[in-house]
Amino acid sequence: MTGGISRRLYGPRGWAILALFCVAVFGVMPVLNLAVPADSPFHVSAYWVTLLGKIMCYAIVAVAMDLVWGYAGILSLGHGLFFALGGYSFGMYLMRQIGSDGQYRQPMPDFMVFLDWKEFPWQWWNSDSFWWCAMLVIVVPGLLAYVFGYFAFRSRVKGVYLSIITQALTFAAMLLFFRNATGFGGNNGFTDFRRILDIPIATPQTRMALFAITGATLIGTLLLARWLTTSRFGRVLAAIRDAEQRVMFCGYDTVHYKLFVWTLSAVICGVAGALYVPQVGIINPGEMSPANSIEIAIWVAVGGRGTLIGPLIGAGLVNGAKSYFTQAFPEYWLFALGLIFILVTLFLPQGVMGFLGKKK
Amino acid sequence: MSISATTATGEGGSLGRVAREGLDSTHGVVLYMEDISVSFDGFKALNKLSLSIDIGELRCVIGPNGAGKTTMMDVITGKTRPDEGTVYFGQTIDLTRLSEAQISTAGIGRKFQKPTIFEHHSVFENLELSMKADKRVRKTLFSSLSSAQKDSIAETLKTIRLNDSADRVAGLLSHGQKQWLEIGMLLMQEPRLLLLDEPVAGMSDDETERTGELFLSLAGKHSLVVVEHDMAFVEKIARKITVLHEGGVLAEGSMSEVQNDPKVIEVYLGR
Repeated sequence: MTGGISRRLYGPRGWAILALFCVAVFGVMPVLNLAVPADSPFHVSAYWVTLLGKIMCYAIVAVAMDLVWGYAGILSLGHGLFFALGGYSFGMYLMRQIGSDGQYRQPMPDFMVFLDWKEFPWQWWNSDSFWWCAMLVIVVPGLLAYVFGYFAFRSRVKGVYLSIITQALTFAAMLLFFRNATGFGGNNGFTDFRRILDIPIATPQTRMALFAITGATLIGTLLLARWLTTSRFGRVLAAIRDAEQRVMFCGYDTVHYKLFVWTLSAVICGVAGALYVPQVGIINPGEMSPANSIEIAIWVAVGGRGTLIGPLIGAGLVNGAKSYFTQAFPEYWLFALGLIFILVTLFLPQGVMGFLGKKK
Repeated sequence: MSISATTATGEGGSLGRVAREGLDSTHGVVLYMEDISVSFDGFKALNKLSLSIDIGELRCVIGPNGAGKTTMMDVITGKTRPDEGTVYFGQTIDLTRLSEAQISTAGIGRKFQKPTIFEHHSVFENLELSMKADKRVRKTLFSSLSSAQKDSIAETLKTIRLNDSADRVAGLLSHGQKQWLEIGMLLMQEPRLLLLDEPVAGMSDDETERTGELFLSLAGKHSLVVVEHDMAFVEKIARKITVLHEGGVLAEGSMSEVQNDPKVIEVYLGR
C-alpha cells in the first residue's frame, strides 16, 4: 500500500463533481425556480430553495468542523456558538433594514420599542452599515475563538475536557442571549426581516441570489480547506492529531497551529451563520443550545472525519432526514438522530466516506 | 551524508570558535545539568542530579528501573520542569526557560522509549515534517520542498535503510523499522545533541548491530546520550557510562571501571 496524505487539490474526477455541483447551483436551480412556471412539474418551489440553501449553510459548518476535528483532532462541541454569533452579527443589520416598517412603526426594532428603550445600546453601534456588520460576522466569532483557544491550547486543555468546556461556553452564551437586557431580542431573537441592501428580502430573486452566494461560499470553503489540508500545514495538523508530543519535539509550536485552524474554523462558521439568517428568516438563542453543537459533530461523524467532502455529505444526509422526520413523525426525530449516531459509530466508524472507500 | 554537510564545520574541535545559531560551546561542553531535583507527589524522581556531556561525546546512561533516566530526558527536553537546579545547553541557553519546541529548534532531538512516529503519514512525510526548516504556521502554509531538501530526505532514507518504503504508511512498518524511522526523523532535525531512550528495544540482532554502527558514526559530529538496558549493546558502543540510581549519579567511567565499582555491583550488576 502506498499512501500518506494527498498533495494535490483534486483529481479529474473531483473537479468534474465540483463542476457538476456548480452547474446545479448556478444553472439548474435558478432556471427551475425562476424561469419554469409554478404549475409545471419541473418547478422548484421556494420551500426547496430555502431548505437546500439552509442545508448548504450547515454543510459549510460541517467542513469547518472537519478542519478542527477530523484534521487537528480537536472535538468542539460549541461550534453552534460561532455560527449563531455570525447570524446575530448580520441579523443586527437586517433588523436595522426593517426601518419603520415594524409592528410599532417606530425607527427602532420592535423588541426595543417593547422594552421602552429610547436609544440603541452600544452593541448596536453602526449596525445600520452593511460593511460594519459584515465585518462583525468575521471578527466576533474569530476573536472569541482566538481568545478562548489561546488560553485553552496554551494550558494544554485537550480531548474530552476541551469538548466539555466548549459545550459549557455555548450554553453560557445561550443563557446570556436569552436575557432581554443583553440587547439582542431575548428569547425571540431577530425575525420579521424586510430588506437586505434595501432590496426586498422575500422575493424569489433575492432568495435565489442568497442561495447562489451560499453555494459559492460552500465551494470556496471546500477549496480553501482542501488547500490547507494538502499543504505541509495540513500534514502538521494531522501529525498533531496523531502524536502531538512528537510534533512539539520536532520543533513545532503546536499552540499556534491549533489556534490558527480553530480561529479559521470559527470564522467560517460565522459566515455560514450570516448566510443562514436571511434565508431562514430568524435567529434566536436556540441556535446556541448544546444539542445544536452536538448535531454538528454528528454530521461530521456520519460523513467521515478527515475527508472534507464526507462531512458535507453528512450534513446533507442528516438534515435531509431531519426535514423529512420533523414533518412526518415530529416526535421521533431525536430518537432517529440518536439511532443514526449509534449505527454510524458501530458499523461505519469512518463514516459514509469510509464505507464508499472500502467498496471501491 | 546530509548531517555531516551541515555540522562537520563546527563540532569536533569547536573550542574557541564562535558557535553558530546561539549555541555557545566554547568550553567543549554541550550540556550541563547541575543539582537537578524533580519530585512527583513526594517521590524524588531526580535527587540533585549533576551531569555534563561533552561535544561529540557518546554517553551511555544505565540504571535500574525508576533510577530517573526518562525523567532526566524529560527535564532536558522541557517536558518536565525541575523543582531545583539548572540545565544549560552550551554556555548560554537555559533550557528550563524554553518550551519543548524551542528546545528542539535550539538543537536537541529526542527519541522516545516507545517509537513515536506519525502512523498515518508516509515514511517520506515523517521525515519531511521533522526536517530542519522554519516551522512557523505561515511558512508551512506555502512551503514546498527544494531539491536540496529532497536530496537530504533521500540521504536519510538511505541511512535508515527505508528508501524502498518512502511512500509506505509509517504505521505499517515493523517495530525495528519504526525505531529506525524515528532515528531518521531526529537526523533530519540536524540536532547538536541526540537523546535516545532505549533505541534498540525490539530490534533484531542484525538491526541492533547496524544501529550501533550508526551511533558510532554519528558521535564526533553530534553528541549522543543513549539510555539502554541492553548491556551487550552498551558494551559495544560505550566510551563513558553514567550509572543512575535513585535519581542521582552513582558512578561514571569506562565500562570496566563501572563494572568494578563496588557500589554499582551492589545496586545494579550484583544480583
